[in-house]
Amino acid sequence: MNLENQNKHTYWNPYFGGFLFGLVIIFTFYMTGRGLGASGAMKSTVVAVVDTVAPTHAENNEYYSKFISEDKSPLDTWLIFEVIGVLLGAFISGGLSGRIGWRVQHSPKITSKRRLIFALIGGILFGLGAQIARGCTSGAALSGLAVLSTGGIITMLAIFGTAYLAAYFFRKNWI
Amino acid sequence: MGPLIPNGIIPIEWDSIIAILIGIAFGFILESSGFSSSRKLAGVFYGYDFAVLKVFFTAGIVALIGIYYMDYLGFLDVAQLYVHPTYLWGAIIGGVIMGVGFVAGGFCPGTSLCAVAIGKIDAIIYVLGIMIGVFIFSEFYPLFDELYTGSFLGNITLVDSLGVSPYWLIFIFAIIAIIAFVVADFVGKKIKKVFY
Repeated sequence: MNLENQNKHTYWNPYFGGFLFGLVIIFTFYMTGRGLGASGAMKSTVVAVVDTVAPTHAENNEYYSKFISEDKSPLDTWLIFEVIGVLLGAFISGGLSGRIGWRVQHSPKITSKRRLIFALIGGILFGLGAQIARGCTSGAALSGLAVLSTGGIITMLAIFGTAYLAAYFFRKNWI
Repeated sequence: MGPLIPNGIIPIEWDSIIAILIGIAFGFILESSGFSSSRKLAGVFYGYDFAVLKVFFTAGIVALIGIYYMDYLGFLDVAQLYVHPTYLWGAIIGGVIMGVGFVAGGFCPGTSLCAVAIGKIDAIIYVLGIMIGVFIFSEFYPLFDELYTGSFLGNITLVDSLGVSPYWLIFIFAIIAIIAFVVADFVGKKIKKVFY
């Protein structure tokens, strides 16, 4: 294949990607009895950092202490291993398509600084929301939908419904 | 009969290894579908790219049909699967906050990790943001306690909530998905293209 003619933005057909993704979810439930996740690994990372920096504080905190046990590290969770895999898998895919490189991706109408500020705000909100709803788009919404979980489907509707309602206020960042 | 690891058919020691393998497939598929690009993801909210809707809904429906079909064939016991619990107000308010975060940041946690893996600096900042969000929640946990643990309805499914057969629900979801795909393509044709 001629490398110069390869388009970096040629992605899979979304139905093909979605179909394979669905098979991965089935496989995950068939193997482990549980679904996929992402935000849980970030929570474990925060718990591990706080537990290392300020162990007494972590043990006295009602939330951190739920995820701390004497005999194993807070990082010894299924989702941490899964997320290591996600990083590897995405790196392989990006590498094969020539998409790897340090950059800030943003609309030409906004500055990098503005993009980074909104990325930070978005992350903080998502992190907070994912704790309140006990899962994110993967763990609550998608894995919830796969087993018809009422809470997961409600969270899915709330995420996408609100995002559509809020889209107007953030339009400068994207269009 | 599945699930294989909880039923001891595959030894528990394989759990972490399978986690990494599943993660690799998950990350590879998301990245190949373009989910490492915040501008592609945000397209679903402005109508210039419906990849999120198509990938998400296709994955959900395929998984739903597959899981229930495997249950029907006796390979997998649906009753043994972990059902995300329903804390009604937590699910709604958490979802609303995540929705704003999604359109502000252009990622959700899983997709941001894919973008981190290929070197997107905005995604690295986004992941730091998620961790700050988790930190805020934990440090101010007493404020959120009632929302987090209240209105608990159990590990219920729509089958319990609506009293409808799961097969009917799957059929209805599949129809909704097909309608959504057709509408998305129709809307997509009307909206000005955004190049990214």
